[in-house]
Amino acid sequence: MSDAAPADNALSHDNVLEIRDLAVDFKTDTGLTHALVNVGFDVPRGKVTAIVGESGSGKSVTANCIMRLVQPPGRIIDGTINFTPTDMPPFEIVSLRKKDPRLQELRGGHISMVFQEPMTALSPVYTVGNQVAEAILCHRKVTRKEAMREAAEMLERVGIGEMERRIQMYPFEFSGGMRQRVVIAMALVCHPEILICDEPTTALDVTIQAEILTLIKDLQRDLKNSVLFITHDLGVVAQIADQVVVMYQGRVLEIGTVRQVLKEPVHPYTRGLLAAIPGLAPKGEPLATIASVVGDTDITTPYPLTTLGDGRQVSLPPDNVALAAE
Amino acid sequence: MRSYLASRLLGMIPTLAIISVIVFTVIQLPEGDIVSSMLDRLQAQGVDVTEEYVANLRSQYNLDKPMVMQYFVWAGNFLTGDMGYSILFNRPVNELVWERLGYTLSITISALFFTWLVALPIGIYSAVRQYTIGDYLMTTLALVGLATPPFLLALIFMHIGFTWFGISTGGLFSPEFEDAPWSIAKFADMLAHIWLPMVIVGASGAAFTMRILRANLLDELNKPYVVTARAKGVGPAKLVVKYPVRIAINPFISNIGLMLPALISGEALVGMVMGLPTIGPLLLQSLLNQDMFLAGSLLMWLALLVVVGILISDLLLAWVDPRIRFE
Repeated sequence: MSDAAPADNALSHDNVLEIRDLAVDFKTDTGLTHALVNVGFDVPRGKVTAIVGESGSGKSVTANCIMRLVQPPGRIIDGTINFTPTDMPPFEIVSLRKKDPRLQELRGGHISMVFQEPMTALSPVYTVGNQVAEAILCHRKVTRKEAMREAAEMLERVGIGEMERRIQMYPFEFSGGMRQRVVIAMALVCHPEILICDEPTTALDVTIQAEILTLIKDLQRDLKNSVLFITHDLGVVAQIADQVVVMYQGRVLEIGTVRQVLKEPVHPYTRGLLAAIPGLAPKGEPLATIASVVGDTDITTPYPLTTLGDGRQVSLPPDNVALAAE
Repeated sequence: MRSYLASRLLGMIPTLAIISVIVFTVIQLPEGDIVSSMLDRLQAQGVDVTEEYVANLRSQYNLDKPMVMQYFVWAGNFLTGDMGYSILFNRPVNELVWERLGYTLSITISALFFTWLVALPIGIYSAVRQYTIGDYLMTTLALVGLATPPFLLALIFMHIGFTWFGISTGGLFSPEFEDAPWSIAKFADMLAHIWLPMVIVGASGAAFTMRILRANLLDELNKPYVVTARAKGVGPAKLVVKYPVRIAINPFISNIGLMLPALISGEALVGMVMGLPTIGPLLLQSLLNQDMFLAGSLLMWLALLVVVGILISDLLLAWVDPRIRFE
């Protein structure tokens, strides 16, 4: 551990979320699956933090923990998530009781979420306006009419035109990209401190992906909220993130600024992930796989995160840390 | 929407016409007719009947005409509101039908409401609290309800009522109201009697509906749209009712029309066991005696009820599910 944080450390110390020692188990027929083991990282205020990792690495489970959306057979067994909102005293999320009014307030009020599947994320039997306005009605005492007006405003802002007509339409009358805009409007309509995006562009085609990313980035700049962006696409990370958290098998392997992680990855797994991007590989050679880069380096033993001289954190055996720091 | 309704209403006409042909044919299929079954009875009592009398009877009811003619006379009269004369009961069919159709309708429709009233909350409870003691209790109870035929349930209830409480649970009225003209007191007396056939006829339907609702709801409970709604802060009770339940009940709404025939035939058996003044026992008697006008009219009325029931459930489904409405 180095105490003196270097001056070029781009990460701020004003954190809206501080996650420590988070552990989640899933009870399956074959025994307990440890979905998260000792996960810890900070979400700095007003920045975009990306969580990257392959399928099953625990990205979405982490997001669900923050919203307390982990459903049986999954269970949070340990850890703390400290939430520091700007307008009320900080509190811890994991220990909130089910009936605590702060939990209901947290969901959609302080923290909201955009999901992967826009095609199924909205109920087919209610109008778009109804579903966006409901988010407002859940958290503030306003009339239905006022809620609808604000919903229309937010829908306009995420780029849905012809509001008068569209607000009365049903989700199945919208395309995938449009539906994702609706979900984003629904998430932002209560001006949350944190917007969690769980692979929001994975189910969309490339042009729409770019539009949605730009939208999220622009809105983040306007509304000054913090974003936790979950993705397996490193191209998206480069485009949108300030800070990157690399996850693998339910653990955090490396945390750093986007420049640190993408330009000079320290952890062998991160290097493997980067080498496996098709566009960056040298032409005419077989694409590197994570396994070929990692080799027989041990990446499954859960070493605690060590902070390096440049402010990044990495999970490596102590003798390797010294090497990596050079 | 208006053109959809019009086309559906028009579509009912050929459906009912075809049903009427089938009804007429099926009733005529067995050997003999109402006159010959009457003769059998009279001769058994030792009454001498002349050939002439028989021929007179046959021509009076058009039974000596060709089948096709008979059908058109019957169908034509039915359309003008004259359902013919029941030789068996010696009364116009119209009277017999109007007397009893109302009771059959009251029992089946109240049984339908009973089915929903019971199945909806229990089905939701069982799904939301899956694999708890309450869930096991309810699903087991439903299985028993499903496996018990309505007439057996009727017998059990009547037995318990008679031996334990000393009350007669048959019929729709107490003896003193049986032939009394309609009054508030008579209506109250009917309500005091009708709940038992309602519960008996509706029980297996409630068990069936509850089981299917539980299964449908379990499929819906963890759908992404429910997670989205939970993530935006919708409270737990409202969340379940507004999102997954709303989707899970759609198949039942489209099934109301299909549930009617089951309820009506269930009601027929229960009606016989409990001695109810409904269509069921009347239909059985008329079929056994080949009383064509009565049997045919009753079957036509039941067919009409089912066809209208299906239309209503289709309209209801279009009303609650925009995906259907917009097709």
